[in-house]
Amino acid sequence: MEKILEVSNIEKYYGNKSNLTKAINNISFNVNKGEFVGIMGASGSGKTTLLNCISTIDRVTSGHIIVGNEDITKLKGNKLNKYRREELGFIFQDFNLLDTLTCYENIALALTIQKVNSKDIETRVKDIAKKLEIQDILDKYPYQVSGGQKQRVALARAIITNPKLILADEPTGALDSKSARQLLESFKYLNESMNATVLMVTHDAFTASYANRILFIKDGKIFNEILKGDSSRKEFFEKIIDVQTLLGGDLNNVI
Amino acid sequence: MLFKLSLKNMKKSIKDFAIYFLTLVLGVAIFYMFNSLDSQQAMLEVSQSTRQIIKLMLGMLGFVSVFVAIVLGLLIVYANNFLINRRKKEFGIYMTLGMGKRQISKVILLETLLVGIMSLAVGLVIGIFASQFMSILVAKLFEADMSKFHFVFSKEACIKTCIYFAVMYLAVMIFNTMTISRYKLINLLNATKKNEKVKMKNPFLAVFVFLFGSTILGYAYWKVTADVHSINTAEKMLPPIIMGIIGTILTFWSLSGFIITLIQKMKNIYFKGTNMFVLRQINNKINTTVVSMSVICIMLFMTISILSSSLALRNTMQRDLIEMTPVDLNLYKTANLPESYMSYGKEIRPTEQQIEDSRHPIKDTLINNNLDMNVLKDVVEIEVYATNDLTWETFFGNKFDEIKKEFPGLDYGTAEEIVKISDYNKMAKLYGINEYQLNEDEYIILCDFDSQKELRNRVLIQGDYPLTIAEKVYKSKYNECKDGYITMSTSHTNTGIILVPDNCPLTEEMKEMYLLSANYNATTDEGKEEIEKIFVDNADSSNLIKSLNDNGIVIDGLTKISIMEASVGLTTIAVFIAIYLGIVFLIASSAILSLKQLTDSSDNKQRYTILRKIGCDEKMINKALFRQIGIFFGAPLLLAIIHSVFGIKFALSLLSGLAKADELLPSIIVTVIIIGGIYGTYFLATYFESKNIIKE
Repeated sequence: MEKILEVSNIEKYYGNKSNLTKAINNISFNVNKGEFVGIMGASGSGKTTLLNCISTIDRVTSGHIIVGNEDITKLKGNKLNKYRREELGFIFQDFNLLDTLTCYENIALALTIQKVNSKDIETRVKDIAKKLEIQDILDKYPYQVSGGQKQRVALARAIITNPKLILADEPTGALDSKSARQLLESFKYLNESMNATVLMVTHDAFTASYANRILFIKDGKIFNEILKGDSSRKEFFEKIIDVQTLLGGDLNNVI
Repeated sequence: MLFKLSLKNMKKSIKDFAIYFLTLVLGVAIFYMFNSLDSQQAMLEVSQSTRQIIKLMLGMLGFVSVFVAIVLGLLIVYANNFLINRRKKEFGIYMTLGMGKRQISKVILLETLLVGIMSLAVGLVIGIFASQFMSILVAKLFEADMSKFHFVFSKEACIKTCIYFAVMYLAVMIFNTMTISRYKLINLLNATKKNEKVKMKNPFLAVFVFLFGSTILGYAYWKVTADVHSINTAEKMLPPIIMGIIGTILTFWSLSGFIITLIQKMKNIYFKGTNMFVLRQINNKINTTVVSMSVICIMLFMTISILSSSLALRNTMQRDLIEMTPVDLNLYKTANLPESYMSYGKEIRPTEQQIEDSRHPIKDTLINNNLDMNVLKDVVEIEVYATNDLTWETFFGNKFDEIKKEFPGLDYGTAEEIVKISDYNKMAKLYGINEYQLNEDEYIILCDFDSQKELRNRVLIQGDYPLTIAEKVYKSKYNECKDGYITMSTSHTNTGIILVPDNCPLTEEMKEMYLLSANYNATTDEGKEEIEKIFVDNADSSNLIKSLNDNGIVIDGLTKISIMEASVGLTTIAVFIAIYLGIVFLIASSAILSLKQLTDSSDNKQRYTILRKIGCDEKMINKALFRQIGIFFGAPLLLAIIHSVFGIKFALSLLSGLAKADELLPSIIVTVIIIGGIYGTYFLATYFESKNIIKE
């Protein structure tokens, strides 16, 4: 298996000497190509900080993050932007679509800023839209479509550049359960048929149950790791709930 | 405590204050500069009669200053409103902490006061230094001696500036307090959360409206240039102006929709880098800024036209002036006074002495009235004839009806002036202008006033145009008017003189006027000014004037010195007021555009954050921002420049004979420097401030 992401001994400290907060305290893990990894944890556990470090929005205090063969903690300036633009795809809780652009243009923007030929853009956008079943809304503006559709447009924008890694931060956070299910099916489709590698942060057990592997983080450390293996999604979901009970956080999510 | 808070606020948001501060400082500086004109050194150096004109100018500037103060006042209120809106959330937090509206008002009051005092101080310092430079400009305009340079400070202007701006700040304070008292806490805290629906225009409608708007503009342009002769009354100027305004608004309303429809078709431009984002951004914003863009465009148009045509006008007048005043003195006297005549509905009966005198040349009158003829040299005297049998109407002959229909306002009963060729050549030789030769049966028309020349040429072009003068038929030697004049003037305003052969049977009764030209017999300027006093009727009149007055003899005259001073003064007033207003308009429109952009930048911060998140680097984002602001500043300027090309042409044709197109270049360069300086400063300030806003 090709290793896409290698996180080794990273630490992230906030504050000063007298009042030091260890947001990430020595975390190491690997993600292989084609994996769908979930990261769970209560608020304040450090999961978003971890994602920010991987996406280079934030810098680690120590340790290394290797994507492909490159240590991204050593990247600077334009190379950093290039890395973010070309190797990563982002999905955010609040969609982050530009309201002035149509859905088509929102997806195309990810390509235009990579200076992709305008002829290729059209075929690529249409292709991905078909896969995610959003062909009908391409000419609409974000305010004209539902939340689920918006998030699928965002997903299309993230995947269209063929990134090595897709980072999703609470992608279902702003969706109702039906839209959330639809979106997660799309994730699964991309993961299985296009062999996309996904790293998803969530605190929702249902959302997490779509992943193949889940890392639980508590107080900046990896607390547990469970694999879906051959179990069904329902069984995996129950496993997740068990770990969450053990973790003692987020009781509200245990229904 | 509140003072500390205000001070800290200002330090913290110094960048937000930049545009506001810039506007205030520029306003104060300009205000001081133009109000301190009277004590500027150049003004102290100019001669006595020019001083009169400066007084007139100061009166007018004072009047204009009130208008300027109102414009600046409104601008300051607007700019301040922008600041308050930017800080809604901050006020909301104060209120949740239990601070009353009154206390918040006090904080803002203190801030306004601090900014006001600072900008007043900085503006005055800049104004005082800039006015030294303006002195040099003034000196050039008034041709004053600037060899000794002093640093000048005008206390009156300083106090006036302080008072005017204090009143403006007071208005701002009252306005602020009113705004604050209307705020509700919930709105303040949620001020940044805004859900905007994107309203897109129908692309076909946009294209149609754009074409319609351009057509209206095109028609208005055609009307004021190619079809300009149809505009002969002030009311007829109104339709092109209204069409211009409507065309401008329609153009801006549809411009972005039109361009986006066009560029969307060109996929390799549209889908390139951040082009798509920039275009959509503009399209989105222009909807809300149609009116302000149009106002800015029209203001810029006015600035450009006023600045360049007034400077050009002045240059042309100056050049004409030197050309048109070849001698020191022109005197003229009515010949052949009748026993009685009507003047302004009153019967006038000249005395016998007056009638007798009117039969003699001016030279005799001067000698009879105790003038030592040695003060004059190069004396030439000629006679000018006129008859009611030969008026403009008779001259236009077969074309009269056509011309009258086109220009109903002209006085066609005016009698033509007739001069014998040898007389004219004597005068022309003295003036150093073209002399002419005539055959027995020929005449020449001299005319250098452009619009009149054009009318006369319409008749003369027919060739050998016959004219009956003193019952004898003559034909025109040339198929057009020739240049020339017999009296000095401020510019080319000779509407027509007919030159006839010496043997033309002009009768004694037809003699209308004596005209005498001469130079002062002095070598220095001082000497000439001494002689000038003999001929000018003022408080301490010379013996000549007293004697003439005693005898009731009227001799009119023009002197080179008086023409120079009057004309330089008047054009200078016009130029000064034009520059003053032009710059104020420019500041106002630049500031409004800046603030509008900054408001948009802070509203659209989220969009730039998204760009950053999907991997745009800072360079791309800054480029997108630069282009976006550039287009917003550029579009009104571009349309204003197009407007101005036609506007200036129109202004030139209205002032036909006064200004020439080729005189425009230097004044256009000056205009470009002024506009580039002020508009450019605002553009850059807006760009850098926006960059900061989207980085937050």
